[in-house]
Amino acid sequence: MFESISGRLGTALARLRGRGRLSEADVDEVLGDIRTALLEADVSTEVVRAVVARIRSRAIGAAPSPALDPGQQVVKIVRDELVALLGGETLAIRYASKPPTVVLMAGLQGSGKTTSSAKLAAWFRAQGRNPMLVGADLQRPAAVEQLQVLGESVGVPVFSQPGDPVETARAGVERARSLGRDVVIVDTAGRLAIDEELMRQVRDISAATSPMYTFLVVDAMTGQDAVQVARAFDESLAISGVILTKLDGDARGGAALSVKEVTGKPIAFAATGEKVDAFEQFHPDRMAGRILGMGDVLTLIEQAERTFERGQAEEAAARLMEGRFTLDDFLEQLQQLKKMGPLSGVLGMLPNAPKEVKDAAVSDAMVASAEAIIRSMTPAERAAPEIIDASRRQRIARGSGTQVQDVNRLVKQFTEMRKMMKRMGGGKKGARGLDQALGGWMPGR
Amino acid sequence: MALRDRLGRARAAVSGAVAGALGRGIDDAAWEAVEEALLRADLGVATTGRVLGALRRKVEAREVDGSAGLVAALREEMAGHLAGAERAMRMGAVAPSIWLVVGVNGAGKTTTIGKLAAQQVAAGRSVVLAAGDTFRAAAGEQLAEWARRTGADLVRGADGGDPSAVVFDAVQRAAARGADLVIADTAGRLQSNANLMEELRKVRRVAGKGPGEVAEVLLVIDATTGQNGLVQAREFAEAAGVTGVALTKLDGSAKGGIAFAIESELGIPIKVVGTGEQVDDLVAFDPAEFVAALFDE
Ligand SMILES: Nc1nc2c(ncn2[C@@H]2O[C@H](COP(=O)(O)OP(=O)(O)OP(=O)(O)O)[C@@H](O)[C@H]2O)c(=O)[nH]1
Ligand SMILES: Nc1nc2c(ncn2[C@@H]2O[C@H](COP(=O)(O)OP(=O)(O)OP(=O)(O)O)[C@@H](O)[C@H]2O)c(=O)[nH]1
Ligand SMILES: [Mg+2]
Ligand SMILES: [Mg+2]
Repeated sequence: MFESISGRLGTALARLRGRGRLSEADVDEVLGDIRTALLEADVSTEVVRAVVARIRSRAIGAAPSPALDPGQQVVKIVRDELVALLGGETLAIRYASKPPTVVLMAGLQGSGKTTSSAKLAAWFRAQGRNPMLVGADLQRPAAVEQLQVLGESVGVPVFSQPGDPVETARAGVERARSLGRDVVIVDTAGRLAIDEELMRQVRDISAATSPMYTFLVVDAMTGQDAVQVARAFDESLAISGVILTKLDGDARGGAALSVKEVTGKPIAFAATGEKVDAFEQFHPDRMAGRILGMGDVLTLIEQAERTFERGQAEEAAARLMEGRFTLDDFLEQLQQLKKMGPLSGVLGMLPNAPKEVKDAAVSDAMVASAEAIIRSMTPAERAAPEIIDASRRQRIARGSGTQVQDVNRLVKQFTEMRKMMKRMGGGKKGARGLDQALGGWMPGR
Repeated sequence: MALRDRLGRARAAVSGAVAGALGRGIDDAAWEAVEEALLRADLGVATTGRVLGALRRKVEAREVDGSAGLVAALREEMAGHLAGAERAMRMGAVAPSIWLVVGVNGAGKTTTIGKLAAQQVAAGRSVVLAAGDTFRAAAGEQLAEWARRTGADLVRGADGGDPSAVVFDAVQRAAARGADLVIADTAGRLQSNANLMEELRKVRRVAGKGPGEVAEVLLVIDATTGQNGLVQAREFAEAAGVTGVALTKLDGSAKGGIAFAIESELGIPIKVVGTGEQVDDLVAFDPAEFVAALFDE
């Protein structure tokens, strides 16, 4: 079988550098820094240990990357691992078959439960629901008033009554049912994970309201304590997910990783400010970069990978000018085109190509049709298009769902283009010819 | 759980968590156990490194007596970092004294003000609370409830109004009434928010215009805070001239080691400790007690 350009180039480059697979020394050198970075980001020591061990075994013996040096490659493996750890299963919100759908909010003091309750209510409203808020924090001064003000600002009614929080929560759900409200969000008082009495109380609230979702609200500035908190709340309440707050600050937010690692529950939402609209879906990739902190290195890695892709394109351009360009290369470039935008791959690299060519807009449909035609060819046909006779043409057209004329046009123009390129590569002026050759190289243009 | 009870357990636990690994003498595992304990207490990589470095020098100079001695030496080393600081809440030379309370969102500012007010009222001082958080929903009501509980006076402004105007107003009124102390609440703000930090600068400036004297700018740090606490301390100190730290929520499972890092790295003394949500749950900071509790498991 034929190899893709990237495959060929990859092995070549690796051989050039004379490097084998990532060695233990390569990996350990970088993992020391990674460990420090994670600890400085407040990832808990036990989670750091587990994650670093996992990354180590994955990284040692990994095939060398053609684009990155070993250090960069390990960092990239770490980043990818963190993205996977933080992401994974997402929380798809479903609704109770017998309304209302109850959502319980729990967490430490001051983590952001009340604010997030109002934000969540606004979110449910945006989903076309009719939420209601229940203030079951009867403990902190003015907690109910706070919820009332916030509820008003998002246009969601708030229920509360003095007395016992468990009773208040139960009555709130009842009230929602009688009013035909289909979602109830129950805000509870802040509590410490080690406060047995208050943990029992929130369990009672949960039992009295049968929540479909229980969110643990976690402050992104939390340090090592995050694991204890997550474990205790998850054991008591079987949380469904986490809301990570105060992400508008500059905390690295390693608590996200700790909480996800010990509970396995998804981080559902990110709160990014005090205002009620500062609430969004959680992005594992952004969070991974933030926790790792190595902004410079991560940028460098991206650049290196981009440069590598550009290197591939240059190589293809050279082959093109030497007339060694095949339809496989052409297909590869089409795929790059889709990633990079209009003709920025091989054509953009050509020294004398006129601006119109470099900027020529290529529609998705044209690319798709050309791709289909080439994919319907055998490797031999791709390498030497002159063997494509009438019966092959018909087969290719059928296989690609195009017309025989389309196949003809592509092959003809590809062949002309290759000729023209070769001439140009040989030092002759070929800009005009190139322009003509490319003028109609796409079927259906 | 009261801090004292935790302390009892802490003493027992030190010989468990740390000393347990030290039984074999000071080998790599012992050092790792100590490092782990410090990191888990949120001291941070740099501060942990400094503490361990000093400890290693003592061991090398044979000032440490075996493994059992290491725990004692560690405590002594850490207590040494916290020695000599002035921890009393200061009153100004001219009345009214002004205590400005600042910090990130949800740290415990308003609650700490309630507790401080109770202590000062109990000490026979007349206290005015300034509701300088005009932004957060029902922040004024929350402080009003603390004023009611403690018998302090309250000065409020309009919701969404200029916080420095409220503080200015409170200071003027306190002076007119001959009150001893103004404790000013401020809205929670993340130190990365330049506009809000600028607003805080202005509050600090206006509070210092006189009459009276800004005697304390208290930074409230939640004991669950991780390494961002150091950044908080640096930025709030730069904007408002922080004079001390109130370490809250130490009744939880978090150790509050970031406050140790703040004091030892930046020289800002920890002054008071919050140990619960009730009015009496505020105690003076005790370095020895704190250091022992850092290793509580
Ligand atoms: N900057 C920022 N502040 C937030 C965010 N979420 C909440 N806050 C603020 O954090 C503080 C505490 O938020 P609350 O919603 O009262 O927290 P809580 O968990 O209900 O607090 P308790 O009921 O006292 O336990 C308030 O000042 C909020 O405005 C956020 O995403 N970013
Ligand atoms: N367990 C415990 N809870 C505390 C302590 N201090 C404050 N809290 C709780 O922490 C939560 C936040 O306290 P607040 O005083 O509202 O915090 P704040 O800094 O004024 O918050 P914002 O004004 O919203 O930024 C409340 O639920 C308090 O009851 C403490 O020492 N221990
Ligand atoms: Mg609340
Ligand atoms: Mg407050």
